[in-house]
Amino acid sequence: MLGVFICQCGTNISATVDTGAVAAAAAGMRGVAHAESIQYTCSDPGQAAIGAAVREKRLDRIVIAACSPRMHEATFRRALERAGLNPYMMEMVNIREQCSWIHADTGEATMKAVDLVRKAVARIRAHVPLQGGKTAAVRRALVIGGGIAGIRAALDISAAGIPVTLVEKSPSIGGNMARLDKTFPTLDCSSCILTPLMVEIKQHDHIELMTNAEVDDVRGLVGDFQIDIRRRSTCVDEEKCTGCMICQEKCPAPAPDDFNAGLCQSKAISVAFPQAVPLVASLRKQYCRRFNGGKCRLCQKLCPAGAVDYGQEDEVVSRSFGAVVAATGYGHYDWTGSYPTFGKGLYPDVITSAQYERLLSASGPTGGLIRRPSDGAEPRQVAFVSCVGSRDESAGRPQCCSVGCMYTAKQAILTKEHIPDSQSYIFYIDMRAGGKNYEEFVRRAQTRYGAIFIRGRVGRIFPRRGKLVVMGTDTLAGDQVEIEADLVVLAAGLTAAPGAGELARKLNIACDETGFMAEEHPKLRPVEAAAAGVFLAGACQGPKDIPATVAQAGAAAAKVIGLLSRGELETSPMVSAVNPSRCAGCFKCRDVCPFGAIDKDRLADGLVTARVIESLCRGCGICNAACPPGAISLNGYTDKQLLAELVEVLR
Amino acid sequence: MPGKDVKIVGFLCNWCAYAGADMAGMARMEQPAGMRIIRVPCSGRVDPLLVLKAFQEGADGVLVSGCHPGDCHYGSGNYLARRRLELLGRMLPALGIEPERFHYTWVSASEGARWAEIVNTFTEAIKDVDEGS
Repeated sequence: MLGVFICQCGTNISATVDTGAVAAAAAGMRGVAHAESIQYTCSDPGQAAIGAAVREKRLDRIVIAACSPRMHEATFRRALERAGLNPYMMEMVNIREQCSWIHADTGEATMKAVDLVRKAVARIRAHVPLQGGKTAAVRRALVIGGGIAGIRAALDISAAGIPVTLVEKSPSIGGNMARLDKTFPTLDCSSCILTPLMVEIKQHDHIELMTNAEVDDVRGLVGDFQIDIRRRSTCVDEEKCTGCMICQEKCPAPAPDDFNAGLCQSKAISVAFPQAVPLVASLRKQYCRRFNGGKCRLCQKLCPAGAVDYGQEDEVVSRSFGAVVAATGYGHYDWTGSYPTFGKGLYPDVITSAQYERLLSASGPTGGLIRRPSDGAEPRQVAFVSCVGSRDESAGRPQCCSVGCMYTAKQAILTKEHIPDSQSYIFYIDMRAGGKNYEEFVRRAQTRYGAIFIRGRVGRIFPRRGKLVVMGTDTLAGDQVEIEADLVVLAAGLTAAPGAGELARKLNIACDETGFMAEEHPKLRPVEAAAAGVFLAGACQGPKDIPATVAQAGAAAAKVIGLLSRGELETSPMVSAVNPSRCAGCFKCRDVCPFGAIDKDRLADGLVTARVIESLCRGCGICNAACPPGAISLNGYTDKQLLAELVEVLR
Repeated sequence: MPGKDVKIVGFLCNWCAYAGADMAGMARMEQPAGMRIIRVPCSGRVDPLLVLKAFQEGADGVLVSGCHPGDCHYGSGNYLARRRLELLGRMLPALGIEPERFHYTWVSASEGARWAEIVNTFTEAIKDVDEGS
């Protein structure tokens, strides 16, 4: 006996689809004992109505025409379970995302909805009750990325007694936040918040920290990922190095200073920054004289701890993890290609806000004194340009960086604090200050710190008599403006972190069109990635500020704890099964199976047939399509079910 | 209304194309109403015989869509699908089916606009074939 429920979804569906008519049509379909239209089927009264109909009419299978199954399939399976039915005796029909929302004509949309319901009614007749199994979950989590998101997630997961491995690509954890001077809207010193957490990571009994390390390969699935982590050779023994920096002082080979955003030079062997965790040196071979044909061995000779080892090689460490948190943060948009009228990066005093942050910082190359790069002079007039590579269709970057307005206001405040007789000008499109106490903060930049906000875009920046002329429009005054500045700071947009796409591919999760990793649903599953057991924390999912990053990291940690705390996981019963009486023993299924889930089975009469190893099967159904005699079929997507759908939609 | 009389069966993989079609819905991208989507776990699940069966049952067109090469949720399902479907496409004229009526393509979970565009152009292409014959 079949029950059909047509959801109105408020008016989301019923505005375009005549749900009453669909219910009436469903009532006449073969095997249907009950059909009704419900305002919100996913709500408590909606689920109760399903339960009531199941009891009253002795229904044994349910069709629900509502939103996408990607949204509420799990919800309704639970509803069936509560109603005393096997949760897999349910079929969802997508009449919202794939019907009411994409059609304007009620007649057409209703006709299509009826077609889709008929297809589900036909398909569900071939459903059989399925039972998921249980599998043990590895009680260890991998956190990828050691910025504030990864640090917070690692600490929160380990607080529940679950061991964590934290993998960081660069020589130190801390990420982008370690480069910031102060943070909005409280003007807390970034280091004062972050460095104690970095130390906690290093000292934590349950956290294994691997720096200079990257994920090489990912196998397995939720509960039991086998992951290879490559620890890159740094030519320094981490156990021996004391971080005394003698090697860095004496090293004759210059190398870019990544931590200081390229504002100054570092050395081929160096400690990333004075507060680095772990506080050890690492050698970058591409800049080292010894590795480029030279004879220099100064660092090895001078190291008092004997930590320098030129022969050190990459090491690949394999571990099992129950869950993974991706926390790879963000990268900086390279504006020089898309904004030729801003000087293509040729004017030394046109810098990015990330570089300016290092000029403001006491741990920066100027010791916290604002000195412009060209001549080391203290600037009096500082111009800030918002939205460089953000909200700019012509640069192919329509997205908002979500933090530019706030950090630009912050940098204007800090400029005034550093140089009391300075004047800041901020070119902006709109001020976006939506967070708690953000608007007040921006207002303070204007009133107390006297920053002049000019609403409009900048068209051109060019040098004139030792100054930089910033030409733009003031759209409020309806006029052209020209500011003569000593220093120009560009609020360059945020991009996905370099290498994030490659990592996403390894983890089998999706990225959106801007390159950031995609969550499953912005509200229902905001920290879940497309692969079960992989969670997202921080700016790897999209640009966000520190409070939002920390909150999301906590949410991802809670999900990991929830997943791994019970020690076992439910497995999906949507796996393949072999009908041995049909199997010809050709093993085409084994040839195509990506997971090695097909084994040989010798029957009592000596015949060899295929057998599915259910714990390895992931339910793709590739074997089903490859099997010549149709002996192997995927539960939930059998030939019978797909053919029934096909025939009905074309009726 | 475009596509009023054209009925298309679309086999969409759950992880990419089906999610992409959902994305198009979330962005309220209007599409011809003739598309009937059948959800499959992977484009590699699509047996070419299912495609032929759809034509036999009277489909005006059949579309198979899965994850972009390299992005398959199961690693290699879309590559297997590509091999099978490419061959199938070449066989269709021998069966008297215009090759324009069959299409396989890749759509990611975030490519809602791409999905809507595919439905539009495929529907138009089939209408052209119908009018030409």
